[in-house]
Amino acid sequence: MLGKTAGGLFWMLRYMERTENTARMIDAGLRISLTRSSAAESEWKSILTATGLLADYSARYDEVIGAQVIDFLLRDKSNGGSVISAVETARMNAKLVRTALTREVFEAVNECWITLNELLANPVREQALPEVLQTIRQRAAFVRGALQGSMIRNDIYDFARIGTFFERADNVARIMDVKYYILLPTIMHVGSAQDNVQWEAILRATSSVRAYQTLNEGEYNPRQIVEHLVLDKRLPRSLAFCYKKIADNLAYLESDYGVRHPCHDMVEEINNRFATTSLDEIFDTGLHEFLTAFVNDSQALGAQIERDYRFTE
Amino acid sequence: MPDKIEFFDEMFGYGADLRTPYVDYNDWFSSEDVANLKSKSKQAETLFRLTGITFNVYGAEEAAERLIPFDLVPRIITAKEWGKLARGIDQRVRAINAFLHDIYHRQEIVKAGRLPAEMIANNEAFLPQMIGVSPPGNIYTHIVGTDLVRAGPDEFYVLEDNARTPSGVSYMLENRETMLHMFPELFSKINVRGVGHYPRALRRSLSACAPPACNGKPCVAVLTPGIHNSAYYEHSFLADQMGVELVEGHDLRIIDGRVAMRTTEGYKPIDVLYRRVDDDFLDPLNFNPDSMLGVPGIMDVYRAGGITIANAPGTGISDDKAIYSYMPDIVEFYTGEKAILKNVPTWRCSEKDALGHVCDNLEELVVKEVHGSGGYGMLVGPAASKKEVEEFRAKLLARPDNYIAQPTLALSTVPILTEAGLAPRHVDLRPFALASPKGVDLIPGGLTRVALTEGSLVVNSSQGGGTKDTWVLED
Repeated sequence: MLGKTAGGLFWMLRYMERTENTARMIDAGLRISLTRSSAAESEWKSILTATGLLADYSARYDEVIGAQVIDFLLRDKSNGGSVISAVETARMNAKLVRTALTREVFEAVNECWITLNELLANPVREQALPEVLQTIRQRAAFVRGALQGSMIRNDIYDFARIGTFFERADNVARIMDVKYYILLPTIMHVGSAQDNVQWEAILRATSSVRAYQTLNEGEYNPRQIVEHLVLDKRLPRSLAFCYKKIADNLAYLESDYGVRHPCHDMVEEINNRFATTSLDEIFDTGLHEFLTAFVNDSQALGAQIERDYRFTE
Repeated sequence: MPDKIEFFDEMFGYGADLRTPYVDYNDWFSSEDVANLKSKSKQAETLFRLTGITFNVYGAEEAAERLIPFDLVPRIITAKEWGKLARGIDQRVRAINAFLHDIYHRQEIVKAGRLPAEMIANNEAFLPQMIGVSPPGNIYTHIVGTDLVRAGPDEFYVLEDNARTPSGVSYMLENRETMLHMFPELFSKINVRGVGHYPRALRRSLSACAPPACNGKPCVAVLTPGIHNSAYYEHSFLADQMGVELVEGHDLRIIDGRVAMRTTEGYKPIDVLYRRVDDDFLDPLNFNPDSMLGVPGIMDVYRAGGITIANAPGTGISDDKAIYSYMPDIVEFYTGEKAILKNVPTWRCSEKDALGHVCDNLEELVVKEVHGSGGYGMLVGPAASKKEVEEFRAKLLARPDNYIAQPTLALSTVPILTEAGLAPRHVDLRPFALASPKGVDLIPGGLTRVALTEGSLVVNSSQGGGTKDTWVLED
């Protein structure tokens, strides 16, 4: 398998995941602005921060206005992080690695691109927004389904999966980091109505409202939310879950190729963190510090995978 | 040009007499509802778009991807007609390979006075780097897409030889897939020869040309300029269907005298490279130094027998439009036989008398650039305005040896499906032949290109042409 192909698969799935995550975050922002319009501006700002696009946005607009942010995140082709740009990049990578994909997977990506281009050709009216966001998530789910249902479990699949979980973990960590101050269990905030809305927004942005309710018997509690999103291996969007998957897929590559690379040591170290660190320790270190360290180490791992498997020259 | 030329229609002949190869199809067609077929046509388009069978048009305002329109009325060729075409193409492909070997070695054909020396010396497509190089099996052109046109029941002409990097074979395959998907019943009624084995045949044929350095099973790869190339879909399609890697220049590097590709497990040598990159861009050390698409030093590896490049560098000299006019001589010189397939009479504008004739008759002729392709930079006299003719005349006189001229052929038509039912449109045909030391393998079918505008003679997809499935009937 070409190194370039491995890289193309990794990035194709990262961008598919990003497409979906951005849609989820818009959904969360929308919900807050509907239920609590006074918090809307800071909510949109934190979403821009979590997507890493606040600076780009501020360079273009003076004010943080919901409709403007939504358009910027959904449709702005000059914004490399928008849904439309992400799906475009995903498809470009799909074309690049086409020989490694089943027809089903390529067509699912291509159809996602075709559909979203039609859907986002014009500004999205407010009343159409929920449906548009749902379609984005649905299209992304089709790609995942095609991948799982039609691809051979070999190195091609491993690189695709690593891309998916890498992006997802990064995304969840960033959302939590933006919100870490409301997740700090200070006496002042606990139980206030504002926190309930904010906490729900985090769960909503990570698509785990239902999962949280099921696993935690209902009550919103910042400690539990952190435990849920960082340490709970049952939740497919938790950091622990994502890293377990990345570690597994890298281990398959190690056994397939018969070569252990530096990235294998790195992933083990990160993965072990979730098994050995307690919630108290996370809060003792500081949630922000914990997440920052995680995001940095994760980035370093990504760069190491790229080197070890020769994505580029 | 006379007021009214009568065109030969491959379904209805010169009148309304249904020709034999179309009888079964016509039976089926008559019982179908045109509106229903039109909706099938839309369905086919959706299918193409979904599969991503698109091409990029150079110079288009938006780098938009376009579909080549597909018409669902097949172009049908009888076994007997095909037999003659097949013999003719086989002969021509053998002659071209022999010609290329001669041109890059002893140049016997020049010594024999059958081809003027300046045709080679002054030819941009002649690569001095190929002098004395003998590729495995002396095969220079491994994949040939001979362009044919038909002007009457028994009148086929070769329009171009396309011996360097013919494209369009993916359309031959996808068009058939689409027809099988939409009209399976047609194929159970009518015995059409299959084309689906092309990718396997291609891989076999390329593997048979492995270089001396190859040990074991030959490793084949397809070299593409990248995803922005107009034919990228075809490159990825062929690599995928052959089950080989699709590489770009930056995936490759020379290691220990071999061209190797960067894999997740290190560099792995390639034996046969099916390149879809032009000569000029193949090797920045030997050709265009600015090329980012090729592999620095690949020519040195090639000359030392470390890799097979298909088609061979320098092959372009054989499908050059000026050389084309000598093809009847070339075929005779190397095969000792008269050419089975006719050439279109061609005036070489580099010759004074010919230029005079061409200038006097511009309104009736088709004038092409010697190195042009894709229907760009050509004049179709009868279809051009006075102003266009005069503008072209100026270009022609400024650089006569850059042009050749041919009579406007009465290209045959095949019906397409329009809102109003069947309507005749002009077509050409590009069958694909594979050459290896084991012989020439011609795939029974090809790419039929069709001018969708009524009366138009330009079939190129870049100029709004479409395609049809091409059926060769079983004996």
